[in-house]
Amino acid sequence: MSNTLEIKNLNVSIGDKQILKDFSLTVPKGEVHAIMGPNGTGKSTLAKAMAGHPDYEVTSGEVIIDGENIMELEADERSREGLFLAFQYPMEIPGVTIANFIRAALNARLPDDEELNAPDYYKALYAKMDMLKIDRKFTSRSVNDGFSGGEKKRCEILQMAMLEPKYAVLDETDSGLDIDALKIVAEGVNSMRGENLGALVITHYQRLLDYIVPDVVHVMYDGRIVKSGPKELALELESKGYEWVKELAGEVAAS
Amino acid sequence: MSESSHAENPIREAFARHIEDLDTAPFWWKNAKTESYEKFESLANPTRRDEEWRFATIKGLELADVRFAALPSISDAAALVERSNFIEKFSGRFVFGDDQTLQADRLSPELEEKGVIWAPLKEAVAKHGDLLKDYFMKQEADLGSEKFAALHQAFMENGALLYVPKGVEIEDAFVVYNWSINAGSAIFPHTLVITEDFAKVKLVEANLSATEDTAAFSCGVNHIFAGVGSTVDYTLLQNFNEQTLGFQINSNIAGKDSNVKTISVNVGCRRYRSETHGQIKGSGSKVEMLSLAVADNEQEIDQRTLQTHSAPHAVSDLLFKNALIDNARTIFSGLIKVDPGAQQTDAYQTNRNLLLSGTAEANSLPGLEIDANDVKCSHGATTSQIEDDEIFYMLARGIPRAKAEELIVYGFFEEILERISCETVAENARQIIQSKFKKRQTK
Ligand SMILES: Nc1ncnc2c1ncn2[C@@H]1O[C@H](COP(=O)(O)OP(=O)(O)OP(=O)(O)O)[C@@H](O)[C@H]1O
Ligand SMILES: [Mg+2]
Repeated sequence: MSNTLEIKNLNVSIGDKQILKDFSLTVPKGEVHAIMGPNGTGKSTLAKAMAGHPDYEVTSGEVIIDGENIMELEADERSREGLFLAFQYPMEIPGVTIANFIRAALNARLPDDEELNAPDYYKALYAKMDMLKIDRKFTSRSVNDGFSGGEKKRCEILQMAMLEPKYAVLDETDSGLDIDALKIVAEGVNSMRGENLGALVITHYQRLLDYIVPDVVHVMYDGRIVKSGPKELALELESKGYEWVKELAGEVAAS
Repeated sequence: MSESSHAENPIREAFARHIEDLDTAPFWWKNAKTESYEKFESLANPTRRDEEWRFATIKGLELADVRFAALPSISDAAALVERSNFIEKFSGRFVFGDDQTLQADRLSPELEEKGVIWAPLKEAVAKHGDLLKDYFMKQEADLGSEKFAALHQAFMENGALLYVPKGVEIEDAFVVYNWSINAGSAIFPHTLVITEDFAKVKLVEANLSATEDTAAFSCGVNHIFAGVGSTVDYTLLQNFNEQTLGFQINSNIAGKDSNVKTISVNVGCRRYRSETHGQIKGSGSKVEMLSLAVADNEQEIDQRTLQTHSAPHAVSDLLFKNALIDNARTIFSGLIKVDPGAQQTDAYQTNRNLLLSGTAEANSLPGLEIDANDVKCSHGATTSQIEDDEIFYMLARGIPRAKAEELIVYGFFEEILERISCETVAENARQIIQSKFKKRQTK
């Protein structure tokens, strides 16, 4: 199907341990879906396997972006196809400035003989930085090098805003953010919401979903989705806790 | 000596021809060459057991593949001169191709008036004999390549002489291009820089190959004599093709209160051996020795350094950074020597290696030998591996792997690149590095 992100029967292992078990999910473009679930359930595994991390072995299944299966592509090709992952733990890249990093990412999306126009690029970069209340001085700082937890997360969203992906997976982008930063980041994400973006927001906390209101909430447990529902499901989950999820999982496994 | 013994020793035979071809050169010059040749013959080839050749690949150093024969004439001189365009605004430029002068851009009348000398060595032998007698090859090779320095003196026939008289300060750099052209050729680039008191000068040397696929040999020497209070800024861009066996034997003598900065940017050669000796002979002087190398495939970059402090109150600051990809190997062996009289010395020696692959190999042998008691010396070597997750993070942004490596390597080298005083030269250094990664991308 075009205009959807489809994850179909994805099985992923690390070493000989299976983490994702026939995982399936569909996010239509224009929607924001949330995934919640206890620690170690495989949420980050899902995100990284989709992005093409070599440690995660995809034994079967597909991830289809607007009709095209991307699982045969290299990680960089997947990104250029329009998939974006905001990392739970962004890496530090010493010596590579944010400005050069994002520029290289954008240049990689242009035909071989074209280069970004520098003034236009900086104009766009500064505008997004201003929106995310990131000091312009950060352009000359190395990517994530010595950044506070919150700064790293904001920098992820900055990259997303610059790269304008078709689908984004935000892995606990709220963790490490104080309430003001949370609002800023949520505003940033909301400003990108619309018919050109589908997003999968991984979080443990309702407070993020107060600002980025999801269209659908999925509950994940032990490598698969055990329940999906409207945004109220997140509240229910928060009040009933993960014991309830375990029961749901039992039902799913039995069915 | 009989014909047959010549045939058995092609290098000796080539040397005999070389001397014959020099028939108009002064006797002292030919004599010194002959002595050097005999020294070359008498010294043993290095072995891996020699401390100065630890970790180095010895095979090939007997030079059996090198053609010392006279070279065919150069047909594409104009094209090479055209390509010798790293710096547009220079005080003088020489373009050498297989040691022949392809282009000589001379001094402005103004600098000539001031007594500056800028001459191809081929000319200088006749015209500036007295100067050469005092300075030519007057810094001993002492880091292992004595044999190859002797070979250099025996066979060298060209190069650049730059002499700057007292108090003359020159802003625009002098530039020397050494092109290696013919397959199997042997070239012997030589640059000699002499500054008198309070003079100031920059020299940029670029060692390049005309084509990618000619296996060749280069054995270069750079000597700097920095007079009292003078400033010498020397940059070497080495981008021979990856078939070349290269030697570079560099040494400088820093006079009282002088400032000497040497920067090497090493990208090319199949196997490259560099020796750099900073001889701190004048008190209050400052010597910076910087180098970066990016090696991939099966390249081997072998670096030996020595900082000798024989005068007090002087500073030497060495930073050698190597980035290694594929199966590349580097060797850094450095020594700081502080003589008993050299009190209040500040000497630093740092070697940093960045591994971009699990099969690359960086060897580091830092050392100190201090005979004075009031000194600040430090030495350190680190080797770090780029983490796969760093690369993955960049891939996940759509940056192709080779570009990701390039960005990381640039970042790693930035602290050296930003110390290249001439922005155009720094830009050229960046481009040379970039062209290497371009080649990787298309592989
Ligand atoms: N590189 C790895 N090597 C070994 N085990 C791993 C690796 N990455 C993840 N795992 C394991 O896979 C399981 C799922 O981890 P994952 O990070 O996907 O969980 P998560 O749902 O994102 O948890 P959290 O909420 O804590 O972020 C865990 O048991 C984890 O220990
Ligand atoms: Mg996680």
